Amino acid sequence: MANDAEAKVVFERPHALLPVVTNYCPGCTHGIVERLVAECLDELDVEGDAIGVAPVGCSVMAYDFFGCDMIEAAHGRAPAVATAVKRVHPDAVVFAYQGDGDLASIGMAETIHTATRGENITVIFINNAIYGMTGGQMAPTSLPNQVTQTSPYGRDVATAGYPVRVAELLSSLDGVAYLERVCVDSPKNVRKAKKAIKKAFETQVAGRGYSLVEVVSTCPTNWGLTPQEAFAWMRENMLPYYPLGVYKDVVADGYADAAEAARARAAACPLVNPDASEEGGAR
Amino acid sequence: MARIIVDDGFCKGCGLCVDACPVHIIELDRDRITPKGYHPARCVDEARCTGCCSCALMCPDVAITVER
Amino acid sequence: MAEKVLMKGNEALAESALRAGCRFFFGYPITPQTELAAYMSKQMPKVGGTYLQAESEVAAINMVYGASAAGARVMTSSSSPGVSLKGEGISYMAGADLPGVIINIQRGGPGLGSIQPSQSDYWQATRATGHGDFQIVVYAPSTVQEMADVAFNAFDVADRYRTPVMILGDGLLGQMMEPVVLPDPVDPADLPAKPWATTGHKHARPHNVANSLYLTAEDLERLNFERYERYEQIKATEQRFEEYLCDDADIVVVAFGASARVARSAVNAAREKGIRAGLFRPVTLWPFPVDGLRATLGTARAYLDVEMNMGQMVDDVRLVVEGRAPVEFLGRAGGMIPTPEEVLARIEEINERIGE
Repeated sequence: MANDAEAKVVFERPHALLPVVTNYCPGCTHGIVERLVAECLDELDVEGDAIGVAPVGCSVMAYDFFGCDMIEAAHGRAPAVATAVKRVHPDAVVFAYQGDGDLASIGMAETIHTATRGENITVIFINNAIYGMTGGQMAPTSLPNQVTQTSPYGRDVATAGYPVRVAELLSSLDGVAYLERVCVDSPKNVRKAKKAIKKAFETQVAGRGYSLVEVVSTCPTNWGLTPQEAFAWMRENMLPYYPLGVYKDVVADGYADAAEAARARAAACPLVNPDASEEGGAR
Repeated sequence: MARIIVDDGFCKGCGLCVDACPVHIIELDRDRITPKGYHPARCVDEARCTGCCSCALMCPDVAITVER
Repeated sequence: MAEKVLMKGNEALAESALRAGCRFFFGYPITPQTELAAYMSKQMPKVGGTYLQAESEVAAINMVYGASAAGARVMTSSSSPGVSLKGEGISYMAGADLPGVIINIQRGGPGLGSIQPSQSDYWQATRATGHGDFQIVVYAPSTVQEMADVAFNAFDVADRYRTPVMILGDGLLGQMMEPVVLPDPVDPADLPAKPWATTGHKHARPHNVANSLYLTAEDLERLNFERYERYEQIKATEQRFEEYLCDDADIVVVAFGASARVARSAVNAAREKGIRAGLFRPVTLWPFPVDGLRATLGTARAYLDVEMNMGQMVDDVRLVVEGRAPVEFLGRAGGMIPTPEEVLARIEEINERIGE
């Protein structure tokens, strides 16, 4: 029988997550996801090679939380910043950590183009269907009829349009190697989310192309719910709209990387596949 | 024998660990208030802790260390 | 001795940047800076560098921000409307003390304006490149040779003071071909280390952070104060200008960039007519060459500021002259270039008036 002297620490703060009290509200899932990212950096032993890019939004101060080198980007520009960092340091592990307003509204152009360029970076995307930092305004991912500070009668799709399903949208782009949507509302789902985040980083380390993990999250404060009620609301309303699952995995599809998958997809185009055409290559 | 150690400096009393514990031995301590003003989580029956880490997995503030 | 080559201004800027060790270029197509980006797209792969056509000017400047934070010498180029879009990123670079070189080959404005040469972004460059309290170093070359020289030097200045540096050209200078002696190339590997850069800490130092967010007002004020101390240093050491026939000048024409070329012809013509005219040409627009211009007050009885805008640098001239001599303005706008004849006519007019 084990005694205290033999007790082993089986769970503790990862090294890549600094011992800093975050600015997040009680029950905010940002903290869970940031911990998972840090655990992955630890397990892959890449904290010293990692360069993270923080967004503008609730996680704006993530540069104070992660132990790796960090850059604070302008609102929405994290993918552009991360692109350049990766070009300067191709062997570094570069990630952007972004919320829905940052990634899917003001930074949508940067998001799409970074993905379609197949930048070999990892993006962690927190989708909680609201602008948290500024006090609960309608987000690009706010659900139809969702009440927010700036959709006080509920998001009216006739005037405010429809939410963006980011994983689905990006899954059509050739530069993307790995895309999964997860959530962190239970220990089981936290484990699954970690597996996805780790796979995303491994995708980058292997040089396979762009990887993104969308984490369907909560905002108890601005949803006006307890953390527990927020999970219930998320399960009831968000998961049907944003179904969990793998949206793209080029390796599972039988390709070495995004580039190979992209060539196969355009197999009939001689300009894309000059070797396939015997009568001279691309010009 | 397993146990959890809750760091009151980090705990924000959100209660996600309370819900996650499969043996229902974590509660928010109504008798104590952390410097930040929260009722911190505590284990009320250490003998029954299995060290499963469910509480720590759900803790958004990495306030829980688990020993086994 | 390096040989002379014939180059377009835009190409000289690009080639000089490469020789300064710049291996990262991020841009977005816009007239009239096209040759610069095209040159970079051709040359960067040959030297192991990165040319990336961004999805927008906004993305391009944020790539500059990222590459700079990562420790690289980096450049972007654009023209007036595109530089407006870059304003946000330049402000963030200033706020995070990140070096970088931004080229603005100006065109007529406002709005989409014209694609003809202009100098109407003087205020933007020297006063309000983006939001917040900051300045950037601004060079205004007036020959292809000077474009090559300032582009090379700009990277050193940017790194030394950890500040964005802008080179303000225009469509005329960018497209014009002149013989130029290029600087000797620098190997990027030989450049001084940047211990503040986010390169991955390898567990050998605390983590570096590139950031412009300071939620404590006292902290942000202190940083602004420190940055402005650095600006004072820049003002003390980096003012550049050229004087031409100013020693005995009654009338000092003040002009920069392309309009200074026109003004020089007018000054020569005035001298042929026996008018003691001279040219004062700021090479740095910020820091404005206050000391150099002030020295001309010894002889000057009048100033004529010539610009390709509605009157922007003339504010700085008046701040230096402080009412001790009349400062007149001649400007063309919208992409129009003043002719030597119209500048000469104004010099003659002023000469008659001060002779009375």
